[in-house]
Amino acid sequence: MNGTMRFLRRVAPQIATLAVVLLLIGFVFPGFFDLSFANGRLYGSPIDILNRGAPVALLAIGMTLVIATGGIDLSVGAVMAICGAIAASAITAGYGLPATLLMALGAGLACGLWNGVLVAVVGIQPIVATLILMVAGRGIAQLVTEGTILTFTNDGLAFLGSGNLLGLPTPVVIWLSMGALVTLLVRRTALGMLIEAVGVNRRASMLAGVNARLLLVTVYMVSGLCAAMAGIIVAADIRGADANNAGLFLELDAILAVVIGGNSLLGGGFSLVASLIGAIIIQSVNTGILVAGFPPEFNLVIKAVIVLVILVVQSPAIHGAGVLFSFARRSP
Amino acid sequence: MTSGQASTLLTASGLTKTFPGTRALDGVDFELHAGEVHALLGENGAGKSTLIKCLTGAYRRDAGDIRLDGASIDPHNTLDAQSLGIGTVYQEVNLLPNLTVAENLLLGRQPRRFGFIARKAMNGEGREMLSRYGLDIDVARNLDTYSVAIQQIVAIARAVSLSGKVLILDEPTASLDRDEVRMLFDVIRGLRREGLGIVFISHFLDQVFEISDRLTVLRNGRLVGVRDVAGLDRLQLVNMMLGRELAEETRDHGRTGIDYAAEPRIRFSGTGRSGAIAPFDLDVHRGEVVGVAGLLGSGRTETAELMFAAAPKDSGSVTKNGKVLRLASPRDAIAAGFGFSPEDRKTSGIIADMSVRENIVLALQARIGWSRRIPRRRQREMADDYIRRLDIRTPDAEKPIGQLSGGNQQKVLLARWLATNPEFLILDEPTRGIDVGAHAEIIRMIEELCANGMSLLVISSELDELVAYSHRVIVVRDRAHVAALVGQDITTDRIVSAIARPTNLEAAQ
Repeated sequence: MNGTMRFLRRVAPQIATLAVVLLLIGFVFPGFFDLSFANGRLYGSPIDILNRGAPVALLAIGMTLVIATGGIDLSVGAVMAICGAIAASAITAGYGLPATLLMALGAGLACGLWNGVLVAVVGIQPIVATLILMVAGRGIAQLVTEGTILTFTNDGLAFLGSGNLLGLPTPVVIWLSMGALVTLLVRRTALGMLIEAVGVNRRASMLAGVNARLLLVTVYMVSGLCAAMAGIIVAADIRGADANNAGLFLELDAILAVVIGGNSLLGGGFSLVASLIGAIIIQSVNTGILVAGFPPEFNLVIKAVIVLVILVVQSPAIHGAGVLFSFARRSP
Repeated sequence: MTSGQASTLLTASGLTKTFPGTRALDGVDFELHAGEVHALLGENGAGKSTLIKCLTGAYRRDAGDIRLDGASIDPHNTLDAQSLGIGTVYQEVNLLPNLTVAENLLLGRQPRRFGFIARKAMNGEGREMLSRYGLDIDVARNLDTYSVAIQQIVAIARAVSLSGKVLILDEPTASLDRDEVRMLFDVIRGLRREGLGIVFISHFLDQVFEISDRLTVLRNGRLVGVRDVAGLDRLQLVNMMLGRELAEETRDHGRTGIDYAAEPRIRFSGTGRSGAIAPFDLDVHRGEVVGVAGLLGSGRTETAELMFAAAPKDSGSVTKNGKVLRLASPRDAIAAGFGFSPEDRKTSGIIADMSVRENIVLALQARIGWSRRIPRRRQREMADDYIRRLDIRTPDAEKPIGQLSGGNQQKVLLARWLATNPEFLILDEPTRGIDVGAHAEIIRMIEELCANGMSLLVISSELDELVAYSHRVIVVRDRAHVAALVGQDITTDRIVSAIARPTNLEAAQ
């Protein structure tokens, strides 16, 4: 079996799930797939899904790598808030756009470094280590914004949230490029294999000479960087930083995206593309519920039910019964 | 001996089980009498565990018939088999170490009062169960406060009380010492007198000869033969298992050609860590095999870990060809041309979910760095090459290593290090838990590697083995290196006496 076939088999369940979700929405809302081109970009619900899904997609990139090492990063939502707040306050303080972005992205990397050191050097369990920043992060973000919703009027920064590039909303271009970049990085180099090895058996990997510590710190830093990008996009979109609500509970959506992407929470083999499709599935469900006109109080319950169905359909037990598709490593 | 009475308890005929790529069992017949100990023998991958798993319902057979007391049975899972009368005790005791002995014995059927567990009644019942095995211990204490041997007997007691007709013991003696083995065998003999049919799986041929009445040999998924143990010749048995003549005692020592006058390749001086191993000096020359003997917990594994910088040392220095090495981590050691295959394959060796190919290239890839990925085609070539050269039994290089047998996993780990072309390779118990055939191959490999100029340090509990290939044997006792044997002094007797009565040899050293 060659590489392309292997890849298609790996992402087949996710693609099929996405197709089913989209078809259901199309059934309820016939005009759903209409696209139009105006003001130099595409408009339409599918584009809207890609656009609204940008923060979770970005988080899912970092989260996939963290989970592949057998860890988890609960702090990404809080890191989004911190970085959004830093971007907003830097731009209102009169810094230029490049300096603002550098500061915000740098803060994300610093948050990742903090998590990585706690996990890899101090040896705290990832769920606890990242919980610290998850709790503290929103406090830090509030300190940065001094308790208010910090608004700004810089068009350059706002462009990142609501502008167009290459006929697509800027956030879409950003997450697609980031996804492609990280995928190339881990698969064209040996990083992907080394990350998987550390995730399956850290001790054995270290004894084989893998620099597990450095890899773990790097992976949490990538997650922090992705969270920073997501935070900047969210702040840029609303032209303001809301320390309380930016990225709230998005860490859970990101983890969910990784799980829907068929990646094991125990670590090991991973697929970034499958996680990204997972993120888009989540956003499709969100959008679908909205366009179907259900009363908003049902939204979370319906979403939970849909997620449950997706996970049950993907579960290895069901696969064993030969009901649906085959999983990457559990193929019969 | 029971061969006269021969009341058949369990028969399996024409058992067949196929996995993708391999036929694990091919029309195998097996017959167990009541009141006999029946040994099941074969190399790794011969089909022993598959046969057991079919009998206990852990696997569903593809074809064949299983009869218990003349009635055809079809166990769907191990619980099913247990209720039919077939109980199993595995090598790693499958009990709950954090519960008491009595709880382990009676788990799931504890005596109750008003819906609560009647602890006193439970402990009484537990004591009674164990008294049958001549064991008088405090059953209210947690299981993990007792030795593995006692845990093993508790597991047997539980299995017998649940099933009571057939008892399958899968490598029960692997982690027991001599006295514990004797204790276990007394228990087995007692059960035999009571008319149980006992299937005994072991790599230790001495034990097979000591305890078994009959034996069945499998090879490559096929039945080779069934023999009465009385009157069976040992060499004949090994031949049945291997399907070839094994020159049992003809290994040549080849203890020549080491230039001890030359500067040693690796020199450890005063290397030690308090609490782990007392400071030791050790020179390793080009093409030399240094054997390390000692009981479990004597400090032999600690020696290896300090050498490889897998554990920090608090004294001493290491030089290679006269130059001082700074070894702060396994990465440094690997960069200096070291390799280390640890004792515990499962937790420290294999990356279970990853393929044979990935496991082989891992150390080399880690050494050349993450940015320069070994091209996939090159990885395939390397893996296929080692699979052929080391005769690794796997359908292909993409099979997860966790699914291979122990001996094949060991060969993959060896391949992982050979791929890095090390100058100094440390092997901790390279032949533990693997069968005679793979055993012989690994010993041959060790001899071949040192003939090619590699320096090896091999830790092993198998003294025959150390005697066969070592140029020098270091004896470790009570966390210190207490003796070094060279040349004609390397005999199992000498090693044993150095382990047991060290004083005069220490003086000699």
